[in-house]
Order: sequence, then C-alpha cells, then structure tokens
Amino acid sequence: MAIIETSTWATKVGLARMLSGGVIMDVVTADHARIAEEAGAVAVMALERVPSDIRKFGGVARMSDPKLIEEIKDAVSIPVMAKCRIGHIAEAQILQQLEVDFIDESEVLTPADEEHHIDKHQFRVPFVCGCRDLGEALRRIGEGAAMIRTKGEAGTGNIVEAVRHMRAVMKGIRELAGMREDELFAAAKELRAPVDVVNQTARLGELPVPNFSAGGVATPADASLMRQLGAQAVFVGSGIFKSENPELVARAIVMATTHYDNAEILAEVSAGLGEAMRGLELSEIPAEERLAIRGW
Amino acid sequence: MPQPASVPTLAPRADPGTQSKRRRIGILALQGDFREHANAIRAIDAEPVLVRLPRDLVGIDALILPGGESTTMRKLVDRYGLREPIAALARGGAPVFGTCAGMILLADRITDGDEPVLRLLDIAVQRNGYGRQLDSFESDVEIPELGDEPLHGVFIRAPVVTDAGPEVQVLARDQSGRPIAVRQGKVLATAFHPELTDDRRMHRLLLELIEAERGTTGP
Repeated sequence: MAIIETSTWATKVGLARMLSGGVIMDVVTADHARIAEEAGAVAVMALERVPSDIRKFGGVARMSDPKLIEEIKDAVSIPVMAKCRIGHIAEAQILQQLEVDFIDESEVLTPADEEHHIDKHQFRVPFVCGCRDLGEALRRIGEGAAMIRTKGEAGTGNIVEAVRHMRAVMKGIRELAGMREDELFAAAKELRAPVDVVNQTARLGELPVPNFSAGGVATPADASLMRQLGAQAVFVGSGIFKSENPELVARAIVMATTHYDNAEILAEVSAGLGEAMRGLELSEIPAEERLAIRGW
Repeated sequence: MPQPASVPTLAPRADPGTQSKRRRIGILALQGDFREHANAIRAIDAEPVLVRLPRDLVGIDALILPGGESTTMRKLVDRYGLREPIAALARGGAPVFGTCAGMILLADRITDGDEPVLRLLDIAVQRNGYGRQLDSFESDVEIPELGDEPLHGVFIRAPVVTDAGPEVQVLARDQSGRPIAVRQGKVLATAFHPELTDDRRMHRLLLELIEAERGTTGP
C-alpha cells in the first residue's frame, strides 16, 4: 500500500453504488432507525419531520438538530444521511463535522439560496441532489453530486411526479446517447449543463453517478415501478412511518425493491399491509407549495 | 466451521476465450454493487447470473458476494433462505469471491458481536473497521501472485481483518500489516472493490479456480 487518499470522488460514487438495489428510509427517531434497519433498509435519512409533516407544519424547514442525528448514528450500523437546505454551505459544514455518510441538499427543506447550489466538490462527504429532468441532474453532477435522485413530490404518497421526473431523465439520456459528437455542444447549451458531464453521459448511456428515485413512493408496487423505469434504488419518506403498519410496509418495500421484476413476490408482499399513507392529489397542492420546483 | 483447505496452486493464466465452455458466474443481487460485478464478469467473457432466490444458484460455476451493506445483506440472505444453499454450493467445491460486505458474509467471526453468516473463511472481521464514509480511501494494493503491477484498491467503509487462521493465505496487507486480500482453498475475499476499477485480475483468478476444480476432479 503506497499513497493513501481519503474522501476521493471514487469513494463518494462508490458508496452510492453500494446502496444500489436498496431502500433509504426517512426516520425521525432512533427507534424508527432501528425499525428501518431491521426491515432491511440500506441507509436512513435522519430528519426532525417527515415530508408530509413538513407540509402540514409549514414555516421554514431547516437542517435537523445535531443531537437527533447523533442519536440515530448511534442506533444503527447502516449509513446515516441528513438533509441541508439548498445552498446552505454552513449547514453542510455542520453535517460533515457530524460525520454523516451522505448529505442530501434537499428541496424538501426551505431553500437558503435561490440562485446557487452548494459547490459540493469542496466537501469530503458525498452529496445527493434531486432533479426533475436531465439538465438539472447534470448541473448537480457538475457541482459535485455523487448521487442523483429524481425529486417526485415529497410527502404526497402520490407517485405521479416521481414517474414524470424519472421518465424525463431516462428519455433525455437516450436522446443524448443517440447524438453525433458534434451535436453534444448544442445539447449542453440546451440542457444548461457542463459539456464534459454531457459528453460523459452520452458515452456511458447513463448518468456517471447512480440514479435513485424519491418523492411519493408509498407501496411496494410504487418501488417496483420506479426500479422498472430505471431507478437503481428508492428513497421512501412519509410512506413508511405514516402507514398503518410501518414494520410490515418497510419490509415489503425492501422486498419489492430487490424483486422488482418478480410479480409473484410483488403480489405476495403487497397483501395485507393495512392502510397506506393517505395520499395527496397533486391538484390539491397550491403551486407555491410544490417542493419539486425548488432547485435551479 | 471453516472449510478445510485443499489449496490448489494457481493455474497458469488461461485465456478465457479458449475455454471449452462459457462459465456462468452467480452474483448475489439482493442489493449492492452487483451490476459492477456483472460488468466485470462480462469483460472476462463469462456469463453473469443474478442470484436473488435459492433456485438462481442452480447451474452456476462460481459465486460472487458483492459490496453493499452487510447488515442489510445478512438479513436478506436469511429472509430468502439463501444461507444454507450458498454454504452447500461452496462445500460442493464451487469457488466463492466476496468483496467488502461479501467478505463479512464469508467470515467465520465478526468482532462486534454480530452472528457470522456463512463461515466459509477462517478470518475475524471488524465491520467499518477503517471508519465511517469520511475515512473511505483509495490506495495501491500489491498482490505478487497477480503480477508486479499493483491493483488499485477502493476501500469504502471497509472491514478490517483482525485475525486470519493458519489455512488462510494472505494475498495482500495494508500499511499496518492487516490482511486486505485473502484466499482459503477456493474462497477469495478482498476488503476493497476490484469491481469498481477496470482491473479484472481478481475476477480472472476466480475463473481460474473453476478451471483448477475441473483439473482435480476430471471433466
């Protein structure tokens, strides 16, 4: 063993790859975290409120109390993620100091900067960011995101936005992959994304970092749907701990994510779960309360 | 119980293209970087088979336990009844290769009190022994058996091997002298992730162990 380099790009993207095929669950207490780990979550997102409660509660949603994050870190051995506000460099520095394993620069919290996202290359901890389309995904990767998740509409239990965003990203990638090299410059301009990240994506035929799904997953079938549309893993927020039987639902969503293409197992795990979280029709949400529109 | 070692010498590097039969390599695909292992297997002209249920183990020549979250994988291995069938496959002589979380699944002892899973490798491991994500690192790894050119090791929340039994051949060590690549009979394990690089020598070694098996038992 010669030179040792820590917190490199390869280790950041590598951790994201280790979480592939799994479920990352929002938790608000150490007890929740233990339930999530027991159910087979690959990581937990430490939060003070799940998105559906953030929606209900209103006001400014900020980074969680470090004390809560520490309690959750102590409770489980799987990776612990935490959210900071878009553009809030100081919250991100605090989360890095707490040694969380991943930071989510998240539209679920109230943005701190309406123009700039965090320069994530400056951090040793890996970041995940949300997107609604390919341009947004590639801009975030250009800024140093080691994982992308489509946004969906968090806290609704409604999968429609997650599907819209995942389809937009995958269609965008297919279009890029079919282009001549000299067409990629114009594509980069159109996508408002760095040309090197655009070229890399076109060459690979996929994003250069893992592509997960978030925002609206409430049932095992939702998780399977997102995997079939191209998500390598799923984030589940309110869908688990706002359901009637969190343990059962958590376990079923984990199984549906692994066996996303096995209808026999999907039918089995979907049975007898009790009431899912109460969903929200998108038209019931006033435009200014949509979370997905945050981020630029 | 650790498997008694019948250590075959490394076969000369066979050109995979000349193999009489395209080898089918199972990859445990409950979660983790199974896709990167599948790409590595395709690159050496073998066929990856994703393993999610016991029936997927039928007809494979070797098995890879990928990187991922060992806590999650151990739960899912038992949920789908894979523990005993995988152990039986290894007892039957099929080579097995584990990376990172896969190494933990193979270990005979886990130092933080967790129950061991497959116990196919006479080592003790400490999960996340190198630290949390901020301590994840890259480093060259020298494995003389695989040539002079070092491998590039990507270590992600990697396990530390705190003890290795007498039957375990240590292929590489870290700067503190702790094993990071080991072999016992037909069981291979690394604390790092060769599948995240383009270097296929560890995967080729797995293929060679299948050939070694044919050599000893006849076609």
